[in-house]
Amino acid sequence: MYKFSNKLKIGSFILMALGILGIAIGFISAPSTVEEAKAIVASHGDGHGDAHGAADAHEVAASGHVEAVESHGEAHDSSHDEHLLHQLQNKPWAALYVAAFFFFMIALGVLAFYAIQRAAQAGWSPLLFRVMEGITAYLVPGGVIVFVILLLSVLHMNHLFVWMDADVVAHDKLLQGKAGYLNPTFFLIRAAIFLAGWIFYREYSRKLSLRQDESDDNSNFKLNFRWSAGFLVFYLVSESIMSWDWIMSVDPHWFSTLFGWYVFASMFVSGITVIAMVTVYLKSRGYLPDVNNSHIHDLAKFMFGISIFWTYLWFSQFMLIWYSNIPEEVTYYVTRIADYRLPFFGMIVMNFLFPVLLLMNSDFKRMNWFVILTGIVILAGHYMDIFNMIMPSTVGDQWFIGIPEIGAVLFFAGLFIFWVFRALTTAPLQPKRNPFIEESRHFHY
Amino acid sequence: MASKAIHAYYDDDDVLMLAVKRVKAAKHHIEEVYCPFPVHGLDKAMGLAPTRLAITAFLYGCVGLTVATVMMNFIMIEDWPQDIGGKPSFSYLENMPAFVPIMFELTVFFAAHLMVITFYMRSRLWPFKEAENPDVRTTDDHFLMEIDIHDNEKELKDLLLDTGAVEINIVEKNSH
Repeated sequence: MYKFSNKLKIGSFILMALGILGIAIGFISAPSTVEEAKAIVASHGDGHGDAHGAADAHEVAASGHVEAVESHGEAHDSSHDEHLLHQLQNKPWAALYVAAFFFFMIALGVLAFYAIQRAAQAGWSPLLFRVMEGITAYLVPGGVIVFVILLLSVLHMNHLFVWMDADVVAHDKLLQGKAGYLNPTFFLIRAAIFLAGWIFYREYSRKLSLRQDESDDNSNFKLNFRWSAGFLVFYLVSESIMSWDWIMSVDPHWFSTLFGWYVFASMFVSGITVIAMVTVYLKSRGYLPDVNNSHIHDLAKFMFGISIFWTYLWFSQFMLIWYSNIPEEVTYYVTRIADYRLPFFGMIVMNFLFPVLLLMNSDFKRMNWFVILTGIVILAGHYMDIFNMIMPSTVGDQWFIGIPEIGAVLFFAGLFIFWVFRALTTAPLQPKRNPFIEESRHFHY
Repeated sequence: MASKAIHAYYDDDDVLMLAVKRVKAAKHHIEEVYCPFPVHGLDKAMGLAPTRLAITAFLYGCVGLTVATVMMNFIMIEDWPQDIGGKPSFSYLENMPAFVPIMFELTVFFAAHLMVITFYMRSRLWPFKEAENPDVRTTDDHFLMEIDIHDNEKELKDLLLDTGAVEINIVEKNSH
């Protein structure tokens, strides 16, 4: 049985407390009037003039095809200020949403990996099933928080999703055309169904997994196999739709067909990385005595391979749009390259170059500190990935990685650590009666 | 150079593995082992040095990437920077996404082919090469361990018989 170390528990509480403080500061310092918003931008001293051009282009793209250009002068100035206010008001919300989704997606990525291991009847991984089950326990609090944020968006507490604003839709032909799909009620129903499906599979599979330990035949294992295969079908569909709903729809004028896969790759590699890191941590504390460096090697291979898969999808999406340069698609990248140059290209270095060069060597993949080091960079890189998906269309050129962003990450990191390691204490870390457990214990690569 | 060698035959890879370990423990140098298929762990048991082919492949890949970059930069940017469909050919970086498929493929091409050729050269494999297997049965169902004899014929024979060899031959080695 795993015992939650006191140091880690206190550490997670400190992270949560610091995080709440940061989030609160973010919300308190957000402007509530246009004048305050202008004052904030002016006090930062960064060229409002410079920003104006980019924001202007963005404005046109975002508010779509505002016909009347007649009263361009004054009307535009005030609408620009309004836009700026909304961006600044969105900042703490977007920071919260990015961090909440990032940690939720780690748990979901681990769940997909877990289901694949069960459906593929992998011989090496059963030793790690309890670790994965521990991480997926975060689906419940993480999912609830994400759902609450979405609900608050529907209730107009923020402007994260521009299509939820009835006034905007009234003046936007494109959004009217999509209203059959992008409407608040249907949106919430979909989110609820997906979360229910994922959480149900997690809880049920966990129950079967624990029951298998006490049983005297393999019926629970077989049932779990069938549910896992079925879950993967559901997951494939629901994950894709989830990525359109929760992420792509912050940019409701833009669409990309491989977006679902792209988000999947991001969550999958982050999930595998967290499995590796938690495994290395537990092993270093003397739990998981049967896990050897071949298991770590396998996880590191997955980190390496899926990092490249992520890059492949990122590049495929980028290159196709860059190459054809169709105005309605390319604005997505134009705003990112104009306003987010460093995070946008920096994440390629973190998510591709770094893992490829560090994890190519077979010996390095067996070294714990190498896996942890690369894991930290990969996780930071995929946080930046989500940041790059959400921020440009919610806060635009007003982005900054400051107190609200870091606070939100700290809070969810603390919650994640607390919840995951608490879940790990509830069952023995090594499954007893898994048919593949002997193979897994002697796994050697 | 010893002119005589002992050939011990085995008909099971597990027996062979144990025999190799016994022979190594008795501090005899194993000249060669002939197998009809790869025996997992044999290289470790024989104490062979790990292969460096993967390292060469990485270096060849770097060469391929360089070739692709230099080639595309010269052709598309320096030599004749035409406007083709509005693609920006002012600098390599600006037009790089269009070159990435070529850069990727040439990296893989160089890494794969040069590594295979390296493998052939290091293993001395080529068409019309004379086969070196000392006994045709080693390509079908027998394993053969070859050990040079240094005035210890009797001792070696006893040891090998003890390890479960099904047949032992003393052969004259023609120096190659």
